[in-house]
Amino acid sequence: MLSPQSQRSIFNRLHLDPYLLLGLFALMAISLTVLYSVAGYPMVYRQIIRLVVALAAMFVIAQIPPEWYQRWAPAIYIGCILLLIAVLVIGHTGKGAQRWLDLGFTKFQPSEVMKLIMPLMVAYYVSEFTLPTRFRQAIVALLIVIVPTLLIAKQPDLGTSILVASSGIFVLFLSGISWVYIGIAFALILAFIPILWFFLMHDYQRGRVLTLLNPEADPLGAGYHIIQSKIAIGSGGFWGKGWQQGTQSQLEFLPERHTDFIFSVFSEEFGFVGVLLLLSIYLLIIGRGLWIANQAQDAFTKLIAGSIILTFFVYVFVNIGMVSGLLPVVGVPLPIVSFGGTSIVTLLAGFGILMSIQTHKRFNIKR
Amino acid sequence: MRIKRNSIRDHSAESELVMRRTIAVFVAILFAIGILITNLYYLQISSFNNYKTRSNDNRISVQTIAPNRGLIYDRNGVVLAENRSVYSLQVIVRNTKTLQDDIKRLTSLLSLTETELLNFKNNNRNSRSFKPITIRDQLTPEDVALFTVNRHHFKAFSIHASFKRYYPFGDAFTHVLGYIAKINSRDLEQIEKRGEEIRYRGTKYIGKLGIEKFYEDLLHGQPGQRQVEVDSWGKVIRTLDFTAPVPGKDLKLNIDIDLQLKAQSLLKDMRGSIILMEAKTGAILSLVSAPSYDPNLFVSGISQKQYQGLLKSKDRPLINRATQGRYPPASTIKPQMALLALDEKVITETTTIVDPGWWIVPNSKRRFRDWKAWGHGIVDVFHAIEQSCDTFFYETSYNLGIDRIEPFMRLFGFGEYSGLDIAEETKAIMPSRSWKKKRFKDPWYDGDTISVGIGQGYWTVTPIQLTKATAILSRRGNSIVPHLLKTISSATDSYSPVHESKQPIKLESDNYWNIALDAMQGVTSKRTGTAYKAFKGAKYTVAGKSGTAQVINIAEDETYDAEKINERHRDNAMFVAFAPFDSPEVVATVVLENAGGGSSHAAPIVRQLFDEYFKKSAPKAPATDF
Repeated sequence: MLSPQSQRSIFNRLHLDPYLLLGLFALMAISLTVLYSVAGYPMVYRQIIRLVVALAAMFVIAQIPPEWYQRWAPAIYIGCILLLIAVLVIGHTGKGAQRWLDLGFTKFQPSEVMKLIMPLMVAYYVSEFTLPTRFRQAIVALLIVIVPTLLIAKQPDLGTSILVASSGIFVLFLSGISWVYIGIAFALILAFIPILWFFLMHDYQRGRVLTLLNPEADPLGAGYHIIQSKIAIGSGGFWGKGWQQGTQSQLEFLPERHTDFIFSVFSEEFGFVGVLLLLSIYLLIIGRGLWIANQAQDAFTKLIAGSIILTFFVYVFVNIGMVSGLLPVVGVPLPIVSFGGTSIVTLLAGFGILMSIQTHKRFNIKR
Repeated sequence: MRIKRNSIRDHSAESELVMRRTIAVFVAILFAIGILITNLYYLQISSFNNYKTRSNDNRISVQTIAPNRGLIYDRNGVVLAENRSVYSLQVIVRNTKTLQDDIKRLTSLLSLTETELLNFKNNNRNSRSFKPITIRDQLTPEDVALFTVNRHHFKAFSIHASFKRYYPFGDAFTHVLGYIAKINSRDLEQIEKRGEEIRYRGTKYIGKLGIEKFYEDLLHGQPGQRQVEVDSWGKVIRTLDFTAPVPGKDLKLNIDIDLQLKAQSLLKDMRGSIILMEAKTGAILSLVSAPSYDPNLFVSGISQKQYQGLLKSKDRPLINRATQGRYPPASTIKPQMALLALDEKVITETTTIVDPGWWIVPNSKRRFRDWKAWGHGIVDVFHAIEQSCDTFFYETSYNLGIDRIEPFMRLFGFGEYSGLDIAEETKAIMPSRSWKKKRFKDPWYDGDTISVGIGQGYWTVTPIQLTKATAILSRRGNSIVPHLLKTISSATDSYSPVHESKQPIKLESDNYWNIALDAMQGVTSKRTGTAYKAFKGAKYTVAGKSGTAQVINIAEDETYDAEKINERHRDNAMFVAFAPFDSPEVVATVVLENAGGGSSHAAPIVRQLFDEYFKKSAPKAPATDF
C-alpha cells in the first residue's frame, strides 16, 4: 500500500493509527467512567497517570521501525529469560506468587515484557525460513515458547504463562503451520490435561476449575466470587442499573471490582446495551488490527501484528469468559479497561508495534 | 543466511498464506464473541429476573427493632419498674489508624481494667472492623463527662445509649414484680413453642418471675422493622423502609407503695410474709416476703457466687413465702371449722364442752393437749374461737370427719391455686383420705382428722390462700380472686379484673356466718380475746384470728418453752384479720416463721398495717360512726 508523501496524514507522520486510537480512547473513557463509579476520583487519577505513561510508551514504540524489533528480538528475548530467572531467585512476593522485581524506584514484572517479546522472537525465528513453517522449525519455535512459559508458570502465574504461550503459538499458527500438526498438537494438549491436573497444578488452581464447573456447590467459599459476578451481570438487565447505581459493586459484593471484575461492574451498571457497545469497540480494534496484519509488508510484521491482536482478543475473551462463568477465574484483566499499571503499558506498547508496522511501510518499500 | 533465504522467497504466496490464516482467525474471533454475547444475553435478558432477585436478596436485609418494655407503676402512679438509659463506650476499629495508641490513652483516662482490655482484645479479634465493639458497659456519669470532654482525641470512639430495666425500690418488690434477665436457651424453647420467634428477634431480656413473667405478653410490645441496604460486610448503608416498634403496655398495679414499704419495714430481719388485700375486690395492696433480694442483680447478670449465695442461704430469700410458703394454718381456720360444724349440725350456737386441757380420742388412749395446759373450762363456739380453744375443735373435727372437712375447706380456696396473677404459687396441701393413700400408701386415721381440726397435721396453706379464705369469710361466702394488676394504662385497652366464677358458699342459716364472724371480732375486741391487747384502742373494728403453728411435733407430755428450743424450731406466728367489721374493706395475713405466738407477735403487725391503711384512707372515706 503506497501512499505518496503529499497524502500522508498527520497520523501517519506521527506514526499513529487513527482507528486504533479511537478504539483505545473509547476503552479508556469507559475504564475511567467505571473506575470512578466503584473507586472514586483517587483511582481515576492514578489510572490517568498510568494511561499517560502507557500512551507515551506506545508513542515511542510506534516511532521505532519494525526492522529494529526484528534485529533486536533475540537479544531482548534472552535478556528477558534471564530476568525471569532472576524473579524466581530474588523476586518480590505478592499475593502468594513471585512476579515482581524491585528496582528500587519501581516494581517491574518481566513476565509482562515477555508477552511482547514472545511473538517477536517466534516471528523472528520462523520468518528466517520460507513460509509455511516446517515441522523442524516448529519444534524449535515451540522450545522458544516453552522455556519462558515454564519460568512464568513456576512463579506461579498460570494466567500470564498461558497468554505468553499462546502469543507465541499464534505466530506459529499464522505462519501457516500444517493443519495436521495443529490437530496433533490439540490431541497432545488433551492428553496433557490429566498430567497438568494431577502433577503441575496447585490446589488453588484446581479449586478454580472445580468452582467454574459448579460454583453453587460452595456459594460462600470458592464459588462466591463467580456467583456474585454472575448476579451483578445478570441483574444489570437490558439497560443496566445506571452509573454508580450497581448494588453488587457499590455494596462490595463483587470482588476485585476495579481490576479483574471490572466487566461485571460495567455490565451491572450499563446492562446488555453497554456490553454490546463495549464488545463493538473491541471488535473495531481487533478488526483494524487484523487489517493491519493483512496489509503488512513482510512475513515478520504480518506475523507479529496478527499475534499481538490475537493475544489482545484472548485477553478480552478470557476475562469476559471468566467473570461471566464460562472459564475458570485465572486472573486476566480486561484489556485497557481494568485498573493496572504494567498490564496497560504492555498492552499499549503492543499497539505501538502495530502502529509502527502500519506507519513505517514506506521505508520498507524503499529498501 | 537471511538474505539467501529471502532471495528465494515467494512473497505473494507467503502473504496469501498469512491472509488465509488471518481470515480464519477473524472467523474464529467472531465465533468466540458470539459465544460471549449469547452467554451475556442468557444472563442479562433470559435470567434477568432471577439475578435481579438474588441481587436484592444480597443487599436488602431486614432488621428487627426491639420494642421498649412497658413500665410498671403502683396504684398511685409511682414507678416500680423503669427503663433507664445506660451508656457504654464503643469503638469502631475501622475508623482509627492508631488503635493501640488510642486504647493506651483511654486506659489512663478512664482507668480501664485488665479484664476490660482483655475482653476488648478478644472481641476485636472475633468481630468485623466496622462493627462497634463495647469497651466499657455502664459508664458512670464521671466516665461520660471525662470522655465527652476528651472526645476529639478519640474519633473512632463513641458513647452508646441503651435502656436497661431498673427496679428503683430494690428488694421491696422482688416477690411481686419479679425481674427480667437475658433470654436463655430454655426461654428460647418456650418462645419457639409459642411461635413468637419473630416477635422476640432483637429482644435480649424476658420476664423471669413475678409480674414481669406473668404479664410478659403485655409488657413486651411489638417489634418494629427496618429494611436496610447492606454491603457485603453486612454494614448498613441506608434505610429503605421502617416500621416503628410498638412499645409494651404500661401496667398499674393494685400495690400501694406506702403500705408495701411499711409492710417491708415491719418484716425487717424476720422471715415471713405479709399480705394486705382489699376485701371487696381482691386487689392486693401489699405483698411482702422476707427476706428478699435485689432484682437488679439479675438484670445485669448475677455472678455465680452471688447466685449460689442466694440459693444456699438458710433464709431461702428466693422463695416467695406469700405464695410458695407452705405453713400449717393452725388456729386461723377455726372460724371455717366452726361454720362447717354449725352447718352440719355437729354443734349449735349453744353447744358447750368442758375442756380440762386435753382431749382423748374415744376408744383409745391417745391424748391431744390444748395449748392451755390447765384447760379453758366450759367452752362454747364463741369462746372456742375467741380464745382459740383446741379441745373444742378436737371434738368437733372428730365428729365432722375428714370427708366433710376437706371439700368444705376447698370452698375457701385451701388446696387450690388462689388465682393471683403471678406464676410462682403452690397449692399447698389440703389432705384427704385419697391424698394420704396416694402420698403415704397409708389409710386415714382418726388422729389425722383431729390434727387437721386445729390446722395442724398434714394440712398446709400459703399466706395468699389464708388471705383469700379470710376475704371469703368477710364476704360471707362470696369468693374473690386476689390480683395484682389494676389497669393497663393505655388509651385503647381496658383491663377488667378476673371475676371469681366460684359459686358463693351457701349455708343453711345466715346466722352461722354471724356466729363465726362475731367470734372473730371477739378475738380482737373482747378482753379475753387472744388479740385484745394488739388491737386495744384501734379507731376501727377488726375481726381476726390468731394461729400458732408448731414447726416440730411436741411429745404428748412435753411443754413448749420457746426460750429453750432451737430458734428454727420455734412456732410460726400467724394472724389473719379483716376490718372494718361491719363493712369489710381490707384483709390482712401475717405469717412470721419461728417467731412464737400468733397473737403476741403477728397480731401487732396486723394492727400497725391496719393503722397505716386507715390513716391513708381516712380523709377519702366518708366519716363512719362506730
